[in-house]
Amino acid sequence: MTEVIIPIGPQHPALKEPVNFRVVADGEKIVRLELDLSYNHRGIEKAAEQRDFIRVLPLLERVCGICSHSHTTAFAKGIEEIMQLEIPPRAQYIRTIIAELERIHSHLLWLGVAGHEIGFNTLFMWTWRDREAVQDTLEEMSGNRVHYGMNEVGGVRCDLTPAQVRAALARLPLLEERVQKYVGMVNEEETMLLRFRGVGKMTKQEALAYGAVGPTARASGVACDARHEDPYLVYAEIPWEVVTDTHGDVYGRTCVRIGEIQESTKIVRYCLEHLPEGNIRVATPKTAPTGECLSRYEAPRGELVHFIRTNGTDKVERIDIRTPTLANWTSVAMCLTGQNIADIPVIVAAIDPCLSCTSRITVIDDREKKKNAITFDELRERSRARWHAEERS
Amino acid sequence: MTGKPGNWSQRLVNWARIKSPWITIFNSGGCNACDIEILACLIPRFDVERFGILAKGSPRHADILLVTGPATLKQASRLRRVWEQMPEPKYVIAIGACGAEGGVFHGLYHVMDSVDSVIPVDVYVAGCPPRPDELINAVVTCLGLLAEDIAHGGKEWRQKKAPVSTDTVNPVGEVPV
Repeated sequence: MTEVIIPIGPQHPALKEPVNFRVVADGEKIVRLELDLSYNHRGIEKAAEQRDFIRVLPLLERVCGICSHSHTTAFAKGIEEIMQLEIPPRAQYIRTIIAELERIHSHLLWLGVAGHEIGFNTLFMWTWRDREAVQDTLEEMSGNRVHYGMNEVGGVRCDLTPAQVRAALARLPLLEERVQKYVGMVNEEETMLLRFRGVGKMTKQEALAYGAVGPTARASGVACDARHEDPYLVYAEIPWEVVTDTHGDVYGRTCVRIGEIQESTKIVRYCLEHLPEGNIRVATPKTAPTGECLSRYEAPRGELVHFIRTNGTDKVERIDIRTPTLANWTSVAMCLTGQNIADIPVIVAAIDPCLSCTSRITVIDDREKKKNAITFDELRERSRARWHAEERS
Repeated sequence: MTGKPGNWSQRLVNWARIKSPWITIFNSGGCNACDIEILACLIPRFDVERFGILAKGSPRHADILLVTGPATLKQASRLRRVWEQMPEPKYVIAIGACGAEGGVFHGLYHVMDSVDSVIPVDVYVAGCPPRPDELINAVVTCLGLLAEDIAHGGKEWRQKKAPVSTDTVNPVGEVPV
């Protein structure tokens, strides 16, 4: 039978973000997947080079609206390492609390979206309702529901009052009870079992070969977790476990994420109960010495890496952000091969794609055979010229 | 819009439009924060369906377009196309600081800096991101605008009130409507 190309996106009811898939299908079976991810490219890495350390954090927070705390923590952690600053334990605990609350809200959000993709909208309504408890806690602590703005180089901006800690602890039992219900649902609900089991299968060898990270890899039995391998913040001193599963399909990824919600709830409870006294920030120098740092962070979607190079000024010379979704796309293309067309939404959703993090461009001079560095103004000029040319044609 | 409310069928359509606006969401290159806040409007806590607001997948079914993000260069032409597909009367709500003037992304090389340089915008919502209740308020404000437009027989009366400067030609090569 001849192959058919099915274009999906950038604007499509099943997509929450702009992305373009060209699915090559043979009948109902998928042969190959081609991707265009660059619709959300804004040029944040270049813009980060123009702003000092105080102004760059709000920009990096807006790399992604769902894992905003991850990006600022990864960056602040890297710069603090270059500056050789010792962050007070109270600030470390507060960063951990926000990070784990973010993980809970992100995974509940994912569970709802996955439910929506299989036509199980009740689950979407339930998980998003329960997620509001986490959003309320985050709003009480930081003042905003989505972009918390908690981090700064040298510590955190807001302290937690005893009343905030009590209110957060009071919300946890209900959340635990609801998550327990979802554990039961995943294992008993017929709709979920039929649509999740055996869909998008990936073995341990494949996960390693394709460089999958985060819950996608952990669901295939690869126990990779930056919090465990390269402990940062307070993960080395608090009790917690890496959640893994051996199913390797969408069902396994759901189990891992629900397990991580439970684990994160425990971490939040422990940190709130053992919150040390003291300062929440240290005085920082305006400039950073010349140096390089690779800052690893376990974002809700997987391992996030910020490479930072400084040159003795108050700005970074280069920042390179490698996001978990970028690492996971190859595994999606592999998982989709041989599957049904109807399973595309749920397999794509299973890695919890975040496209606003992922869009990149590289300028390569084909004639000179080199990657050339161009200035910000030149880059802006070129982008505009290209856009006008496209519009005229 | 077919002029002032005259015959009963037109009155019925206008009544239905104000009572139940259908919205479509378009991410023009934002960071997802506004998008998850829009989705949060649909959940039981905020429940926009009590105002008759329904989220639709296709722009051809929608009365109101919710645009998030600063409009990246690659998305700008897609945004324009989606807007052109919507039937009249159509309304655009630009969400967040990025939608209004680029926000934190203002001046970056691959963004248009605002949604209104690509398509005409009726309502702006401040915030980064705005809370769900502010988003609901924006849609309800837009309904007020819709009712006024029906009373005036079109959108033109608003342009007479605040004329658009003719030298601000947008990149598509047209004066904003």
